[in-house]
Amino acid sequence: MTVHSGDAWERPGRLAAVLVLVLVVLAFVVALATAIGDFHIDLGTVVLAVTNRLGLTSANVNALQESVVWDLRLSRALVAALAGAGLALCGAILQALLRNPLAEPFVLGVSAGASTGAVCVIVLGIGAGGLSLSMGAFAGAFAAFGLVAALSNGATSGPNHTILAGVATAQLFNALTSYIVTTSGNAQQARDVMFWLLGSFGGVRWPDFYLLLGVVLAGLLVCLMMARALDAFTFGDEDAASLGVPVGRIRLILFAVTALVTATIVSMVGAIGFVGLVVPHAARYVVGPMHLRLLPACAAVGAVFMVLADIASRVVAEQQTVPIGVVTALVGVPFFALILYRSRPQS
Amino acid sequence: MSVLARDLSWGVGQKTIVTGISLSVKEGETLGLIGPNGSGKSSLLRLIAGLRRPRSGTVEINGRDISGVSRRSLAREVAFVQQSASTETSVSVRDVVKLGRTPHRSALAGWSREDEDAVRGALERVDMAGHSSQAWQTLSGGERQRVHIARALAQTPNVMFLDEPTNHLDIHHQIEILRMVRDLDLTSIVALHDLNLAAMFCDRIMVMQGGTAVACGTPEEVLTAPLLRRVFRVDAEISCEASCGRPHIRFAL
Repeated sequence: MTVHSGDAWERPGRLAAVLVLVLVVLAFVVALATAIGDFHIDLGTVVLAVTNRLGLTSANVNALQESVVWDLRLSRALVAALAGAGLALCGAILQALLRNPLAEPFVLGVSAGASTGAVCVIVLGIGAGGLSLSMGAFAGAFAAFGLVAALSNGATSGPNHTILAGVATAQLFNALTSYIVTTSGNAQQARDVMFWLLGSFGGVRWPDFYLLLGVVLAGLLVCLMMARALDAFTFGDEDAASLGVPVGRIRLILFAVTALVTATIVSMVGAIGFVGLVVPHAARYVVGPMHLRLLPACAAVGAVFMVLADIASRVVAEQQTVPIGVVTALVGVPFFALILYRSRPQS
Repeated sequence: MSVLARDLSWGVGQKTIVTGISLSVKEGETLGLIGPNGSGKSSLLRLIAGLRRPRSGTVEINGRDISGVSRRSLAREVAFVQQSASTETSVSVRDVVKLGRTPHRSALAGWSREDEDAVRGALERVDMAGHSSQAWQTLSGGERQRVHIARALAQTPNVMFLDEPTNHLDIHHQIEILRMVRDLDLTSIVALHDLNLAAMFCDRIMVMQGGTAVACGTPEEVLTAPLLRRVFRVDAEISCEASCGRPHIRFAL
């Protein structure tokens, strides 16, 4: 383990090499995700189909296969990668800001708010026609975030206070969701809501990808600019302030970025749990706790993990897609247990 | 004057915690802050370090009013050592000391020769260079406090504030830490509980009670039996041996 010295990493050559390696691995798993499915397409065809569409080649590929690769599976795989990267990034940020290893994107009540918003659209038909499910979820997510911010004085009243405000908000919105479903929903609607809550990449298309790409990249950039400041939070807010960090401003900006990224992901693919919690721990175990390395590592590991989870969700049960949230938890928990076991205090 | 505070007041809600305190510390001088629990020592230190905004009054450090100075540029001159700050993150000693370079580095700047020298020098100064790759969690209390001081030194400050840096340490480490602070070429203000240690290591001592300063001067001038009875509610005998020139306090039962 090379946790102790980050100096070597800060050499540009090393950084570029690692970046290239990560992109190659990511490209490979995305290609794999594009090839695997009920309708199997071999890897060579996948690559040709993609290069055809990008105008790099004009190879002879079956039109149906090319369409499946480009119109259905590639966008889905890339959205999965971005969602994984975004959730893991948010988890790392929140664990640093709240100084709590249990913090994750949904601690701000964002997923609970999103589900209430989604339920309002699915069951109550609020804004039917004009307002899509994603818009409803997005509005709900930000309403919940606003409530958490209000309850914790803009998150200035200490990490535990903020987490409690998040827990209370999540409970409130979950209760609202259940109330609406049980009083107004029918069985089919309840099933729809349930499925959506556990997360699904079905139905995502290229416009979703472009939106998410913009949001996640912008979020990653903002967070990287503040990575050094995040390191300074290691010994608490006051300590960060004594190191010259404008604590209030940094915290507000990063919470807002986290809420925006999480809300965008949740409104698109549902509340996929565990990635935001587990991936930062795994990444920290490999690259250490300093954020200039940790944040890109989280994004990379999160992306690869989510694409693999998406593949698993499509192949474990024949002719069926298991909700992605189920897979991330089933795969993530044993992995997490292993990390916990390996990093337990040696006393 | 390196540190100059004028008529500082601060409080929470209706409660006033620091009332009209003025002080000045010369370059290279060590000022001790003593006083009973809740007398406002920690709050005063935070006001002077710019971590809290006073309700009234001003603080000047190296001739600049700190209310007009950005937090970052202040942190290049002023370091603050909290009492027993801890973390759950598994960081190495070197990582912690590197944090001291935060105010000197821009968001994405690389690690410079100057940064490296500051970190290495700070680790050597507190005699922890041999532990640089050790995990923070495995350090003893005294070692942790030394690392905190190293981190403060890595900021290359000329003023250092320490809030009860010897809390929870055994007597050997208490003396070791304070000797180190005294021998540093810095202006420092140290909040302390132990009166004898304050007498041994501080050039001047300020006594606080109920948020106000009740006395300020050399240890000999300040540490008198009547004052200790009034402020700390203890009976004590003060002896001053010619050999060291510092008062020694023995508490009577």
